[in-house]
Amino acid sequence: MKVGERESGRKIDLGDSAFTKFLDSLSSKPIIRYMVYSCAVVSFFGLILIPPILGILLKWNTMGQIFENPDLMSRATTAIFSSFAIAIFVSLIDLAAGLPMAWFITRGRSRWLNVLDTFTDIPFVVPTVTLGYSLLLFWSGPEGVSSMFEGSLVSPGWLLIILLHFTFSFPVVVRVMVGGLLDYERTYEEAARTLGAAPLTADRTVTLPILKPALIASFVLAFARSISETGATMMVAGVFENGPVLINNLKTAGETGYEGALVFVSFILIAVSCLMFLVIRLLGTRLKIPLKKIRPAIERKLSGHKVVTLRNGVTLLIFLVLVLIPSLFVALPAIQAISDGTINQAITATGAWEGYWQSLVLSYFVGTIATILNVILGLPMAILIARRRIGTLSSTVLDVLVNVPMIVPSIALGISLSFFWKNFAFFPEIWLLILAHMSITYPYFVRSAASAVERISIDLEEAARTLGSRPFTVFRTIILPLTKYSLLAGAIMVFTRSISETGATLAVVTELQTVPVLLVSWVKPGSGMLPSEIGLGCGFLIVLSFIILLILRLVARGHQHA
Amino acid sequence: MPEVQLVNVTKTFEKGKIVAVDNVSFRVQDKEYFSLIGPSGCGKTTLLRIVAGLVQPDEGEIRIENKLVNPIPPEDRSIGFVFQTYALFPHMNVWDNVTYGPRVKAWGNKERTRIGREMLEMVRLYERLDALPSELSGGMMQRVALARALAAGAKLLLLDEPLGALDAKIRFELRYELRKFVKDLGLTAIHVTHDQGEAMAISDRIAVMRKGKILQIGTPQELYMKPQHIFVAHFIGESNFLEGYITEVNKKGSVVKLRGRLTVHVSDKTKNKGERVVLMVRPETFKMEEGRKKRVNSMFGHIEKFRFEGTNIRYDVLLENEDRIAIVRPTLMGEWFNVGDRVTVSFSPNKSYIFTYPRKGLREELTLE
Repeated sequence: MKVGERESGRKIDLGDSAFTKFLDSLSSKPIIRYMVYSCAVVSFFGLILIPPILGILLKWNTMGQIFENPDLMSRATTAIFSSFAIAIFVSLIDLAAGLPMAWFITRGRSRWLNVLDTFTDIPFVVPTVTLGYSLLLFWSGPEGVSSMFEGSLVSPGWLLIILLHFTFSFPVVVRVMVGGLLDYERTYEEAARTLGAAPLTADRTVTLPILKPALIASFVLAFARSISETGATMMVAGVFENGPVLINNLKTAGETGYEGALVFVSFILIAVSCLMFLVIRLLGTRLKIPLKKIRPAIERKLSGHKVVTLRNGVTLLIFLVLVLIPSLFVALPAIQAISDGTINQAITATGAWEGYWQSLVLSYFVGTIATILNVILGLPMAILIARRRIGTLSSTVLDVLVNVPMIVPSIALGISLSFFWKNFAFFPEIWLLILAHMSITYPYFVRSAASAVERISIDLEEAARTLGSRPFTVFRTIILPLTKYSLLAGAIMVFTRSISETGATLAVVTELQTVPVLLVSWVKPGSGMLPSEIGLGCGFLIVLSFIILLILRLVARGHQHA
Repeated sequence: MPEVQLVNVTKTFEKGKIVAVDNVSFRVQDKEYFSLIGPSGCGKTTLLRIVAGLVQPDEGEIRIENKLVNPIPPEDRSIGFVFQTYALFPHMNVWDNVTYGPRVKAWGNKERTRIGREMLEMVRLYERLDALPSELSGGMMQRVALARALAAGAKLLLLDEPLGALDAKIRFELRYELRKFVKDLGLTAIHVTHDQGEAMAISDRIAVMRKGKILQIGTPQELYMKPQHIFVAHFIGESNFLEGYITEVNKKGSVVKLRGRLTVHVSDKTKNKGERVVLMVRPETFKMEEGRKKRVNSMFGHIEKFRFEGTNIRYDVLLENEDRIAIVRPTLMGEWFNVGDRVTVSFSPNKSYIFTYPRKGLREELTLE
């Protein structure tokens, strides 16, 4: 009996050290589990959710200032309105363009679609500031498409902001919709076809309504990305102001009486975003896509081979002209930098490049620390949410709250965070930066970890328990091996998001400069930086991002083989 | 007149590595209830999906009502398809599901309401027309799926394991209901199942498939009484298989020598002298008596196991030649044997079959995988 026990124990135990055994035995004590989970919850509320709320509340009484200044007030309301108008408009056209793209990728037969699938991810992994500069050059710089016209084709302003936001939100929509379409049970579509529906009719009346959750999710994500983006928007905004740009302008101006405006704009942006998210979350499930009148003859014609080919062609063209080429246009000045010797200055870190490399190191340092902390704090939270450990209602509430940092404009979040933490004067700025990045990226890890854990049948866990595993052993031998790729993907997402982050960074720092912030300052008129230099600066960032994309792909491939 | 004809249909997957359907031809008559059965992975579902137009064959022709339908998409084939998972649209209630076909075909409002009501009344679910699929039981979902398929005006009904997901008792009830609907409405039905009992009870004719090929097509009686392939004998009903060879072929039939020099007589004379064969006898055709009796084709042994199954009693008999056979006797016969009893078992020469010994071995030939 004893021998058998020891042998079976050895097989389960992957790392048979005294330490893991100690953890295993600890984990069967309810009090320990309780402590781990409550640590995760307390740190979420204490570090991520409460500080921004308190930050605003502490400065609540300064808000009176803006009501005494009608000029500032109208400037603020216009900016806030522009933010939401642009975000809603961009999310809608992203859906319109991204949906056919997702269809094309998942339903097409060509093996080139895999390549296309990878290409759609490019604007997602490339930091948005480099996208901003790339689009600026492409649409309005003398080197881009404007060279074919007199003057610049699209000058900095609201139209360029829309183009920019369309470009970087597009991959989010495609990614979510591709996932939705791959999970979708095609039997429904086949059933509709056998009942006499043409392909287009089946898609419209059956597939799309069933994919509604994915549609809503991609809309929310595109919206959140658009409302939050700061750095790149500042590059292409010109004199136009949306919420984040206004906040930054107010903060840099630093005049007295602007603090109230900062509080006001941040508060409204955060409150309205949360409200919208809540409304979509509550009403989204009830929203019905009406089954309008069906015109079989027309819909049949529109399902024809020629129309589908035309649709795919137009989709591809939109992707190339509005997303891919503008995103990669920055390669041109980067290549020029290699030929004109700028690269030598860069490598030897002379002049402005010394600051560049320092910023780069800072960015990667902050990203690494934020990622590690988020994994440690986020994993128990994800399990708590996925397994409904604290009751269905409270788990759902947590699930909703976890999303908050993602849907509110990051610069507004940063402003309120700095209001809060600046009360602790001993707090070094680097920690403020790390905390801000943690807040912004927290949802990305928790969400992907929670959905990965949710996909594992609870039966597996229960089977392991009945076979004699303690809770920590179950985690080590069942949950972790089955979710490790998703967890890694989530961690990489946190990291890239942190590298890319500008809004919250601008809001909390006074001296430190991360790479995206530095690049924004380079693009400003009067910085004296040449396009080839900025292009090279973007180029290094892009190359590093591609390496990350490559890792992500390899991880995903490993996942398929597993 | 939905008559369905398949000519040399072949379908492979993964660039020809997996042959799902291998050069299959058959014809389903108008108003016939036709079943495709076989072990899982034999290609029966693929074949049904080819008829529906959901899968394109690599080669071969599909004709419905004598019209080549290969280039016609599923929505224009006038078929009704019932899926194993029912595929009821989760975002529509029962009424919208059932009237989906008339709606996408843009039939008039009146006609749509009439047929929807008629079909739902037929399956006795008119009262539940507001319910969402998630609020229905398995049997109800199955009936809605059937009503939906029929409401689209189909004359050819294709059923993919339509009763597979139901509890045993409901499955039994719905079997007969399904056949009644098809017959009352004068439809042609092709029914895919792996349950031979279901196919036997419901079908006019059955095709037994294995590894992408059709082994035999016939009425349930023919398949049971005259299996032409050893796998069919194994798959339809129950069988005992005994290995041996032919020692003599005469006017009355053949003499087969089994293990342990045991000789038996069978009426079949299609095999040649000296040929290696497998003798097949159904468990329910054996006679069994206590002690050692002299009968035609008598074999001696003792009861190794017995199981009482309600209607029948099942015995495992170990013969003196070390072969093992299963025997099923009706409980009503009032016989009762115990473990260890010495018995004589016998069978009539015309209730046994001989098959050529399969080249790949008996076990391989009978495997269900």
